[in-house]
This record gives sequence, C-alpha cells and structure tokens, in this order.
Amino acid sequence: MPFYVAPEQLMKDRADFARKGIARGRALTALSIGDGILICAENRSNTLRKVSEIYDRIAFAGVGRYNEFDQLRIAGVRHADLKGYTYSREDVDARSLANQYAQVLGQTFTHEMKPMEVEILVAEVAPEPHDDQMFHVLYDGTVNDEAGYTVLGGEADSIAERLGQTYDGNWGVGEAVTAAAAALAGEERTLEADDLEVAILVRDTGQRAFQRIEGDELAGLMD
Amino acid sequence: MTLPLFEAGGDPGPNFAALLRSSGLAPPMPDNPAPDTAITHATTVVAIRCRQGVVMAGDRRATAGHLISHRTIEKVFPADRHSGVAIAGAAGPAMEMVRLFQLQLEHYEKVEGKALSLDGKANQLGMMVRNNLPAAMQGFAVVPLFAGYDRSRNIGRLFQYDVTGGRYEEREYAVGGSGSLHAGTVIKLGYRSDADADEMIDLAVSALFRTAEEDSATGGPDLVRGIYPVVAVIGADGFQRVDDSDVESRFRDLLASLENQGGDPG
Repeated sequence: MPFYVAPEQLMKDRADFARKGIARGRALTALSIGDGILICAENRSNTLRKVSEIYDRIAFAGVGRYNEFDQLRIAGVRHADLKGYTYSREDVDARSLANQYAQVLGQTFTHEMKPMEVEILVAEVAPEPHDDQMFHVLYDGTVNDEAGYTVLGGEADSIAERLGQTYDGNWGVGEAVTAAAAALAGEERTLEADDLEVAILVRDTGQRAFQRIEGDELAGLMD
Repeated sequence: MTLPLFEAGGDPGPNFAALLRSSGLAPPMPDNPAPDTAITHATTVVAIRCRQGVVMAGDRRATAGHLISHRTIEKVFPADRHSGVAIAGAAGPAMEMVRLFQLQLEHYEKVEGKALSLDGKANQLGMMVRNNLPAAMQGFAVVPLFAGYDRSRNIGRLFQYDVTGGRYEEREYAVGGSGSLHAGTVIKLGYRSDADADEMIDLAVSALFRTAEEDSATGGPDLVRGIYPVVAVIGADGFQRVDDSDVESRFRDLLASLENQGGDPG
C-alpha cells in the first residue's frame, strides 16, 4: 500500500543520503595558480584514481563513491573524444561537459531509486589564469562555477576556509601542493606525499596539458 | 551531443571504434567498384632502426593517376608520445585511419589510465588495416608502417603491414609505397646495425632522394619552394620531428657531395 510522502521530505531525504555518502570519503581541492590548475586529493591508493585526464586542457576529479564517479569519468572521456572526432579538438570544452554531467546527476537524483553519492569537478586550463574554468557539480546536478580554488568532499567548508586564509594565485607548484596538503589535513594531522594524489593541468603546453605529479617528484615538492 | 552512458553489458570499454559504431559515427565502407576518376595516393615512406630507436621518413608528394595532386602532404605522424605511423596508399582512407588510430591510443590510455603496450598498438593498427580490406578490394588500399620505442624493453621496434592486415616485425628497416623497391635498395646498401640516428637520418634522406629520381610518384626535395620530406626520430624521449632546416642542410650536403664526385650515374 503506497504511503504519501511530501515532495519536500523526499528531496530532503535523498539529499541527506547523498551528502552522508560523500562526507564519508576524503576531500580534494583544486587551485588555479600561475603554472596551471593544480588538483590535490587525499587518496592513499595508487591505482584507484580520483583525478584524471579528460581531454587536452580538461581534467576530471571526483569524490564519494568510486564506481559512480569513475563511470562518469569514462562517460566524460567518451563524450570529449567523440566530440573532438566529430568537430575539432578545440571545440571540446569544460562547460558543455559540466552541463552534461549536471543533466545526468539531476536526472538520477529525481528519477532513480538512489541518487549518486558523488561530487565532481571539471576543470579547464586557459592561456591566462583569469580565464581558467572550474565547474563543481553536486550530487543533485547543481553546477557551481568556481574561481581561484574549490574544495570537494567531506568537510569541504572547513578545508576551504583554511585554504582561503592563505590562497595566492601566484603560488608556484611546490607552495600550492604544500598549502593544499596542509588545508586537507587540518590542524591535528599531517599528510605525506604517499597520502596524496596530485596532478596539474599545465598552462601553455601544446596538447594534453594533464600531468601527474607523483613519487619522488611530489615528495621533493613538499620538502 | 549527450553523455554516452551504457548499460554494463553493452559497454564498449576502452575501444574507440566500438564507441563510434554504437554512436552511429563509424565511417561507411564503400560498396561500389573503384571510381573511374583517379583518387589521391600517398607514396614512399621508410623506417630504419638505429641505436636510439627508429628513424621514419616520408616524401611530400601525393598523386592522382599521372598527375601530382599535392606537393606538401604529410605521411609521417606521431601515433602517441612514443610511437609513430607512416602511410602509403589511398590518401583519404589513410588519413582517416591515422586519425582513428591516434584517437584509439589516446582513448585507451585515458579510459584505462595506462597506455597500450607497443605490441598492443601494433596489433590494433593491424586490425584497422584488416577491417579496411573490403575497401582495399575496391581500390582504396592503405598500407602503413608503424614504429615505436618499446619502453618495457628499451629498444626501438618497427612493423610493416600488408593489405590484409598481416603484421610483420622488421629488425632492420621497412619501406612502403610506390618507391619502396628503390628506397629499400638504397637503405639495404647503407644500413649498419650499430648506426646512430644521425647517420640513419642521412640514409633516409638519401634513399628518398634516389627514389625520387626513379619513381615519378615520389617527390624529391623542393629547394625552390622549401618543401622537404618529413623526418622523425622515435626514441626514449618520444616522437620528435626533425626540423625542416636540418633536413634542408642534409639535402644540400648530399647535393654538394654528388657535385664534387662529378655527378651521378643516370
């Protein structure tokens, strides 16, 4: 026998469910700096990635349930590659991809049994720092266009506050990684290179700006 | 363009060609006999192994029947960071094959988070050539050369294909296209197994020069317009195209040395 549930209550329950799932995972942050867009995630795994390449100047990052955001990541790569094949490489942009993600997440949020427990970031590096684009898409399809820096995942507000106190768009890569790690860690713990997954969309490369920073290179930057 | 999402059972995985088919974007196969009008053909390409990896080169001429249709066509392309592909045959389908091959390698790398092995790439290209067989029977044959630096073995490797998709790994050099007979002979005479890239670039340049003298479909260096063959070296640090100015000076040296010898037997 069906029970009546007020739409407000239904949406609220779904949102609470998704938020709880996301808050259980570890956070990540993206910063626009002189050298490009740096994405720094707390992730102890070297194989299950949170940050990855989508296209020449576009990167993807996700927090929450791995299988759900990884499915979105692959769909994004397909979308970008098909679009680049059909039109041209320069026609592939982050905004339209973020909108596609928003459609899918919004649709799933209202129509499916269970909303996706993910938050994702689509970042596109531009020749000039003030043209960098970072789209933060929430579990219900809400899109936020962020400038400077953004934080995704559990405790995002407090991490963003810590980062906001020091953030400087002229940071070098080393300073940015150190600051991002400190903000993600908070006051009671410290994060080592092994606890982090770091990648950068390098400004001013010909093609495929996405580069991972890992191993000794990352440890060296954090010294 | 919507986001391509698939059910778990129908997912094309990292295969870009399957993704194109499921999106209805795969190019159609010609089912009519070859057209009477001459189609554009790309001609001579060579690949030579050297100490650093592999040298690849191709002339710049495209022909349609007995006419020269393009003077500046390029036949040597990077396939990804550590491999390159050179094409001979029907230019249109060949360019499309290269484009799909490049995309396929990039797509695989992004979806899987890891690049294909060099053998995997060579097989993939073989499959694309084989899939082109019906078109080849209609007169649109494409015969590529594939070369890359194998980072698991730290050597350069090169592969030759036939029109059926047969894949043959060569240890020394490979040639393709209309001038392959002459180019192959020049390389065979000048090849040394311990030579470095610099010498093998000279050998490739000289092979293309000699071939252009014998084969009407192969273009020589065009000193008037400044058009020179595309030469690339694929080594541990990836695919690197040799500067046009460098290729030009090698040609000028070659011409000067021939002049000093008092000409060349015609």
